[in-house]
Amino acid sequence: MDIIIRILYAVISILVATVWGLTLTGIVRKIYARVHGRFGPPVWQPFLDIIQTHSRRVAISHGYMFFLGPVFRFAGGLGTYLFIPVILGSTVFGNFSMGGDVLLVMYFIFFGQLGMALGAGEGGHPYSPMGIARGLSQMSAFEVPFSLAIISVAIQYHSLNITTIVQAQQGSILNWTLFTNPLAVIAAMISLLGMNGHAPFSIVMAPQEIPIGPPIEMNGSFLGILQTNRGLFAAAKLILFMNLFFGGAAHPNILVALLIMMIKTFFIYMFSVFVGASFPRFRPEQSFRFFLKWPTAIGILAILYIAYL
Amino acid sequence: MEKKDLNEIEKEMKLANEGLPEKERILFSDARPSRVEPLNKYLEQFVNWARARSLWLLAFGTGCGATELRPLMTSRFDVSRFGIAGRPTPRQASVFIIGGYASIKTIKRIVRSYEQMQGPKYVIALGSCTINGGMYYDSYNTINRIDYYIPVDTYIAGCMPRPEALIAGFNRLKEKIQKGECDGMNKYADNFDWYKKNQKQIIKDWNMPDYNW
Repeated sequence: MDIIIRILYAVISILVATVWGLTLTGIVRKIYARVHGRFGPPVWQPFLDIIQTHSRRVAISHGYMFFLGPVFRFAGGLGTYLFIPVILGSTVFGNFSMGGDVLLVMYFIFFGQLGMALGAGEGGHPYSPMGIARGLSQMSAFEVPFSLAIISVAIQYHSLNITTIVQAQQGSILNWTLFTNPLAVIAAMISLLGMNGHAPFSIVMAPQEIPIGPPIEMNGSFLGILQTNRGLFAAAKLILFMNLFFGGAAHPNILVALLIMMIKTFFIYMFSVFVGASFPRFRPEQSFRFFLKWPTAIGILAILYIAYL
Repeated sequence: MEKKDLNEIEKEMKLANEGLPEKERILFSDARPSRVEPLNKYLEQFVNWARARSLWLLAFGTGCGATELRPLMTSRFDVSRFGIAGRPTPRQASVFIIGGYASIKTIKRIVRSYEQMQGPKYVIALGSCTINGGMYYDSYNTINRIDYYIPVDTYIAGCMPRPEALIAGFNRLKEKIQKGECDGMNKYADNFDWYKKNQKQIIKDWNMPDYNW
């Protein structure tokens, strides 16, 4: 009985995160449109797109791995999300947080991309391996500052458990990692720019450069799964950042706590939207070099600062 | 006896792919496109409602009419507010705009791209050239009527039609989709032989499979 309730809670939690992630995507599209001086699509456009892609009458598959690619990607998104506590101390939104879940989450962030790379490679279109090569190199590049920031945070709180890290930040706004360990937050926020894939790091999926990149052959429900995952994964990443650096969401009333989560994730996302709306796109080699220079240096400084000062 | 007959019928139903060199034929599918029935009434109505509000254009300009698609995307006309967005690959697109005259070289690419799109797929014929040849009606290398080669859902007449006319055409297409009247995919599958005959009359250097899956 207990396991059924846990599953039910996980389903509710996943649904809320997916809907919030997709709504955020819709809001962001609207904001980009207003920056361009357009009206932009309605906020609920991502939901319509997902219904539309799932309702295609035929779907072309290119083999087993092609079939499994989106499944792996979605499993990566689910895995990332299910080990992050959305609301501190909540039974429904606590998910399956446990000791060492930071490492598990970092692994799952990479796992989905690798599965997708295998699947998209079987599509046979020359642009998809090109997109994959760019995507994986950019990912390896931004993982460096991100990992350094995580190591710094782990040293700071003597823990690899997200729940413990969030608990340590409670009490006052000055307890947030943002104020206790600002260098790690700067390094991680720069790597978030690469993770979210907005400009200047949008080379992987850039429609004008290599048409749409890895998912070029994905159609119908395959694409629908990828889009759903994009919503869930966006929410998962933002919630992870909120937990590690911005104090998490904690309130006795679950609705207030959800509202806090939404406000915080919205503003964390807005950081990469503001940067994305104001900067042009980097070429691949510029993007990799950028991550391996300043953010990496800041990440190393963050570790030194926490370990020796 | 009966089984053999069925096999023979099946063999006849397979596409010959005669345009390909013999050793390459095995690499391509020889299946014909088949009819796919819509879902049950209410589900199909709901799905059509979503389809009409999320139209993905194939970003492939086939003639001078493609010039009118650019202003549509930018801030003056901004079609994204109607849920219309460009998709760079035929696998994901659902609307194909034939932008004006189609030369014989282009019609080959149009057929390939149209067949690679996943149904339900809609075609908008833009400009007079697609309806009766327009100013190119007696040209040696353009076709006069696009609907001999692929099924068309909406026509937008004019030379050139303004972006406003295009938006009106999109709205017409949306209404038709919502009523469930746009069934070009099944029309193409039902009349496949007729369309292929017309296409092969025009395209002399047919070096692709008979149906591009």
